[in-house]
Amino acid sequence: MDQGDSAGRLVRPFTLTGGRTRPSRADFTLITTVTTVDPPPERAARPQPEQVRILRQCARPVAVAELAAHLDLPVSVVVIMLCDLLEAGRIIVHPPHPVRRDPCLDLDLLQKVRDGLGRL
Amino acid sequence: MAGSDPAADAVTAPDTVKILIAGGFGVGKTTMVGSVSEIVPLRTEEPLTIAGVGVDDLDGVEGKRATTVALDFGRITIGRDLVLYLFGTPGQQRFWFMWNDLAIGALGAVVLVDVRRPQSSFAAVDFFERRGIPFVVAVNGFFGRHPYPPEEIRDALALPRDVQVLLCDARERESCRDVLIALVDQLIARVHPLLGAPAQGRPGSCGGA
Repeated sequence: MDQGDSAGRLVRPFTLTGGRTRPSRADFTLITTVTTVDPPPERAARPQPEQVRILRQCARPVAVAELAAHLDLPVSVVVIMLCDLLEAGRIIVHPPHPVRRDPCLDLDLLQKVRDGLGRL
Repeated sequence: MAGSDPAADAVTAPDTVKILIAGGFGVGKTTMVGSVSEIVPLRTEEPLTIAGVGVDDLDGVEGKRATTVALDFGRITIGRDLVLYLFGTPGQQRFWFMWNDLAIGALGAVVLVDVRRPQSSFAAVDFFERRGIPFVVAVNGFFGRHPYPPEEIRDALALPRDVQVLLCDARERESCRDVLIALVDQLIARVHPLLGAPAQGRPGSCGGA
């Protein structure tokens, strides 16, 4: 049977979030990386089509900003869907490297970035 | 042997850090991101109805087309365990509410200055100064030409001595790379004054040719 909501691009972004405009949690930044849990947890509910797209994209770790760009969806929409997936145990989240200026930045990290840029 | 812990089985996610490329509208931020990024700059668009409540008045916008804020960014893989993202901040002043979010957790920033209209980057300088976020100023030449020496730009922008001014060409990969290296050197100099020497005393060090 043809499902009415399989129209993909024609779906307005916040329809994908059930009308929600705010994430249920705050752990997603633009450079938080997301990885799909494989195999999925037992008794996992069947994901929505857009969620399936996310799970496919995140077979390898992907930053939230990149994910949003690949899905052609606003970051705010993607983050709400990621919250659902995280709560369902379908993804693992890796936070960005913490940047603390107090007392000072991590010298090892800076040196690493410096060396990496030098190789460009 | 891999256990049943999904976290252990997954491909290890790299650490991520970010640097902002800021400056006025049309100074070449996306060009700079594209010059050093290993991927074609990506773009995400945020509907303003969510992000900019109370900031932009959408009344009377013809056809009620939703306004969006575009965010361009690129990526540099530093190593298997570390990836650097470069975010071009939205240039128009009315989108600056996004800068606060972007600035959180950034290593530092490059303020790109158009040599023909440096005043368009005043506000960006101000933004990072007020928040104590380290930055370098990169002067993007018009077709690579630089009519003003770095010291003149420094005076025009009233920059403190510890902020470097570099001449660059946003179209050139090496030039943009050197700007980023100068920023990281400046960050290192704050942590360890002996290691990151160039930040002090040589404010006019020059990036691209």
